[in-house]
Amino acid sequence: MGIALKSRVAAPQLPSRPAYGDNQPGTHLPPRAGSLNGVIVPEQPGKNAIEVRGVRKVFGTGENQVAALDTVSVSIRENEFFTLLGPSGCGKTTLLRLIAGFDFPTAGEILLHGQDIAPLPPYKRPVNTVFQSYALFPHMTVAQNIGFGLEMLGKPKGEIEARVAQMLKLVKMEALKGRRTSQISGGQQQRVALARALAPQPKVLLLDEPLSALDYKLRKEMQIELKRLQHETGITFIFVTHDQEEALTMSDRIAVMSAGKILQVGSPRDIYDRPAERFVADFIGETNFLPGTVVSKQAGVATVKFASNATISAGYPEGFDPSGEVTLVVRPEHADLVPDPAKGTITGTLSNIVYFGTDTHYHVKLDGGGENFIVRHQNSRSSAVTYETGAKVGIQFEEDAARVLKD
Amino acid sequence: MAEPRVMDIKDQPGFRTIAIICLLVLYVPVLILMIFSFNSGSLVTHWEGVTLNWYGTAFGNEEFHAAARNTLIISVTATIVSTICATLAAIGMTRVKPWRGLAAAFMVINLPLMVPEIITAVATLSFFALIAGAFGLNFGIGNLILAHTVFCIPFAYMPIRARLEDMDLTLEYAAADLYATPWNAFRRITLPLLVPGIMSGAALAFIVSFDDFTITQLVAGPGQTTLPLYIWNQIRRPMTPEINAISTILLMVSILFVSVSFLIARRRAK
Repeated sequence: MGIALKSRVAAPQLPSRPAYGDNQPGTHLPPRAGSLNGVIVPEQPGKNAIEVRGVRKVFGTGENQVAALDTVSVSIRENEFFTLLGPSGCGKTTLLRLIAGFDFPTAGEILLHGQDIAPLPPYKRPVNTVFQSYALFPHMTVAQNIGFGLEMLGKPKGEIEARVAQMLKLVKMEALKGRRTSQISGGQQQRVALARALAPQPKVLLLDEPLSALDYKLRKEMQIELKRLQHETGITFIFVTHDQEEALTMSDRIAVMSAGKILQVGSPRDIYDRPAERFVADFIGETNFLPGTVVSKQAGVATVKFASNATISAGYPEGFDPSGEVTLVVRPEHADLVPDPAKGTITGTLSNIVYFGTDTHYHVKLDGGGENFIVRHQNSRSSAVTYETGAKVGIQFEEDAARVLKD
Repeated sequence: MAEPRVMDIKDQPGFRTIAIICLLVLYVPVLILMIFSFNSGSLVTHWEGVTLNWYGTAFGNEEFHAAARNTLIISVTATIVSTICATLAAIGMTRVKPWRGLAAAFMVINLPLMVPEIITAVATLSFFALIAGAFGLNFGIGNLILAHTVFCIPFAYMPIRARLEDMDLTLEYAAADLYATPWNAFRRITLPLLVPGIMSGAALAFIVSFDDFTITQLVAGPGQTTLPLYIWNQIRRPMTPEINAISTILLMVSILFVSVSFLIARRRAK
C-alpha cells in the first residue's frame, strides 16, 4: 500500500487512523522501483527517509567563499516530524533547498530511502515543498494549483480530480476551489500551499518557515493543523523554523543549527533539558549562566564549586571533558527561591519582579556578581510566600537542574 | 485618505503657472490640428464651420489606402518579429546564471534607443545599398520590415524584461518542485505570467513602427509610402484639412495602442 502501509509500520501508535490514500486504490505512487514520468521511486524503503551525509555547501568563489553548510550529517526517520531550528543564516534553509533540489551540494550525499538524490533536478525528486511565500500560481484557481503536481506527473484526469477533491477536503477548502489565489486570505493560501505540496503524495514534505507570515492566533491554529496533517498522511515532514516554541511544540525531533553546523539532534525534551552546547541552551528557552570551577568528576557528573564555596553536582554531555573554569546552565523554572538566604545554594538580592500572568520571574542580583539570575515561579491561587524587591534571598536547585556545557 | 505631506511641491510659488504653460505648449498644437480636421473651409488656418467631409475624402483617397496598407504590413510584421526576438532576449538575460558580458549584452540591446535616429537611418540605408551592390539583392518592402524590426526590439524588450524581473522566481522553483520539467515550467508558469509584458512590449513596438518617419523616409523605395511619408508628401503641397483628418486618424491609432499598453501595465501592477 505504498506510503500508507509503511507509515503504519513506522508509526504503531496510530494503527486505527486510515491514511488518506487508503480508500483510493491506485492513487498513490506504485511501490516498485524505477521511475514514474521521470520521478524516481526509491527501491528499498529503509528506516531513514532522508540521510544527509557529509554535506558541504559553499557559495561564492575565491576569497568571497562562504560555507553555508559545513559538513553536515543527519538522518531523518520515516514518518517523523523533523525540525531544523536555528537563527537566520544558520544554514537551515540551505539544507532544505539541497533536499528539494534547488541547489546542489558542493560535497556529500543526500539519500532518500537509500538512494542518492543529490545530483537529481527537483522535478525528479519525490519530495515537495511548502514555500515561505507559498508561491501559489496566481493565474490558476485553487483547484488548478492543487492539481498541478499530479498533472505534471501525467496522472489521468479522473484521478487528478479525485485527489484534488480529497485534498480540498483535507485542508477544508472545498468551498473556495474555484477562486483565484489572489482572492483568498493568507491563512487560506497557506492551506492551499499545503494541499498542493501534499497532493502528489511525496515521500518527504519540506516546509520552509510556512507559518511565519501568519498572525499569532492563525499560527497557533496552523501548528495544530500541520500536526494533524502529518498524522493523517503519514508523510515525513521536514520543517524549518527560527521559532523555538514552534519547534518544541510540533516536532518529534529537532536539529539545532548554527553557523552552518548541526549542534544537536534530539527530541524537544532532550534539546531543552539536556542541551549539548551553550549555544543550544541559550537559543532555546531562557537560561541562566553561572560561572564555577570543577573540583571533581565521575560518571558524567561533575562537582562544581561556586565563588561562595557552595558546591553543586552537574551533569555534562557525552564526549565533553569539563575541567577548570566552566559555565553552568540552569533553566529559570528548575530553580527555587527561599526566603532564608542561609538555606540557598547561592544567595543574592531580589532586584526585580516581573509578573507574566501564568508565572512570575524573579531577577536576583547574585552576591558573587555577574549576570542577574532569573527564577521562574508558576503562579497559583495560594502563593505561600510573597517577596519584595531588595530582599535577601537564597536560590535552591532541583535535582539535575544544573549542567556543564561547552562554550 | 492621503497623509498630509510636510512638503508638497504644489505649494511652491509658480508651480501652477509653470504646469499650465507646459500643458498648453504640449497639447494646444495637437488640439488645433484636430479641430481643423472638422473645418468646412479648405484652409487649415481659417475656420469656416463644422464638417466631417475631410474624413470622407481621406477614406476615399486611393493613395491614403495604399499608404495605410503599407504601414500595416510593415508595422504588424515588425511588431511580431521584434516582440519574439525581445522575449527571447529578455528570457536569455534574466533566467540564466550571470555570465561575463551580460551587462554588455544589455547595453547592446538598448543602445539603439540612444543612437540619434538619423544616424541609424543613414547606417541602415548604407547597409542596404551595400547588400544591393555586393549581392544584387533587394528585398523590396522587406527592407523596411527588417529595418523596423531592428529598431523596435529595444522598445519591445523593456516591458518584457521588467515583467520577468518582477516575477517571483519562487514560482518557477515551485513548478520544478511539482515535477514540471524546465520546458513545462516555462510553458505553464513563466509564459502565461509574462503575457501582459509581451502585450505591452508589442503595443509599444507597434506604435514606434507605425509612426516612424526618419528611417522609413531614407530606406523606403518607390511605391513603399507609409502613412507618415504620405503626410509629409502632402504638406509640401497646398494643405487642406484632409491632412488634419489623416493626422487625427494616426493620432487616434497611436493613442489607442499607448492606452492598451498602459492599461495592461497597470493591471499587472495590481
